[in-house]
Amino acid sequence: MIVAEQKPIEEIKRMLRGKSKVLAVGCGTCVAVCFAGGKREVGVLSAAIRMATELDGAPVAVDEALVQRQCESEYVESLRELLGEYDAILSLGCGVGVQTLAEHFPDTRIYPALNTKFMGAPVQQGVWEERCLGCGNCLLDTTGGICPITRCAKHLMNGPCGGTDRNGRCEVDPQTPCAWYLIWERMDKLGLQEELLKVRPPKDWSTSHDGGVRRIVREDLKKPDLNDETQ
Amino acid sequence: MPDQTLFEPRIIGLCCRHCAYAAADLAGSSRFEYPPSLKIVAVPCTGRTDVVQILRTFEDGADGVLVAGCLPGRCHYLVGNLHARKRVDYLAWMLEQIGLQRARVRMINISAGMGAKFAELANEFAATIQQLGPTGLKMKRRAREITLVNRGMANDSR
Repeated sequence: MIVAEQKPIEEIKRMLRGKSKVLAVGCGTCVAVCFAGGKREVGVLSAAIRMATELDGAPVAVDEALVQRQCESEYVESLRELLGEYDAILSLGCGVGVQTLAEHFPDTRIYPALNTKFMGAPVQQGVWEERCLGCGNCLLDTTGGICPITRCAKHLMNGPCGGTDRNGRCEVDPQTPCAWYLIWERMDKLGLQEELLKVRPPKDWSTSHDGGVRRIVREDLKKPDLNDETQ
Repeated sequence: MPDQTLFEPRIIGLCCRHCAYAAADLAGSSRFEYPPSLKIVAVPCTGRTDVVQILRTFEDGADGVLVAGCLPGRCHYLVGNLHARKRVDYLAWMLEQIGLQRARVRMINISAGMGAKFAELANEFAATIQQLGPTGLKMKRRAREITLVNRGMANDSR
């Protein structure tokens, strides 16, 4: 899932300065399950802003709504009839949600209430950790299902650097296990260490963000065009 | 400084029905006085209380919220009171972000037999709130919670 966390209230207050009526819109998908932008978080943040701005003497009326999936036009369309009532939308979606709202409603000011952090998973209740960098060319088949691109700060392809400590921890952060230590242990358990001895060529980063904005086109899913006679 | 002579605080006590609610009852029947400004709301477990509920309580005019649950290790549902304490800590932090004082929310742990202790802690909390004065919140408008119907989604089988 996409994992996000709420911006400080002070920062959100600064964005909303001068506005009198704002609609806070949550998203019922990724940010709801990481407790950053679901219905409950919309309730908490909206109440906090209402009270904080009231105390500042410049009250902002914040109403609350939730879109099931803020990154799809069909879902956000249901907000359209409400827009006339508000000075701005405060989105509790991830960066994709905020931009979908901005693209869909070009005349409305959209503010982000969250910082989108990473693609990850909960490792225990209340703790989320990054697991995928979206490099566009998955190599998990060769590393025992543990990603060295995401979980090694140096994105190393051929084993650990010299910064791993005796307990298999990373020099960047002693709380983080060395990805290559984990990979070796796992491959060892699977009896596949031999595979790790093969040298991997440097990674082609053009499939990652380095290649610019990425796009996937699925012709089979596109809407048929009645005017296209070549079909 | 707020005028404390005229200030009658509004305090909400969210009391677990397995312990603190009975303790408040015992305090009453044993004639231990606790402040009339404390309005007690019985909850099935303090673990049932939620940050958003308590924030709305402040929005609706409360000056302080006391969350009273069972002694640690004695929760009827094992860890409801421990969850509540974490939420109260978070809430105290949240109140500070909002511009209110952390001390306006407090969690206490108490057993059903501790009537006198309940009265003592309730008086202590009421004195704190009295000293802090009113929150200064005068919310004129009630927020709308809008339920959206997602249209055009009839064929969405995902």
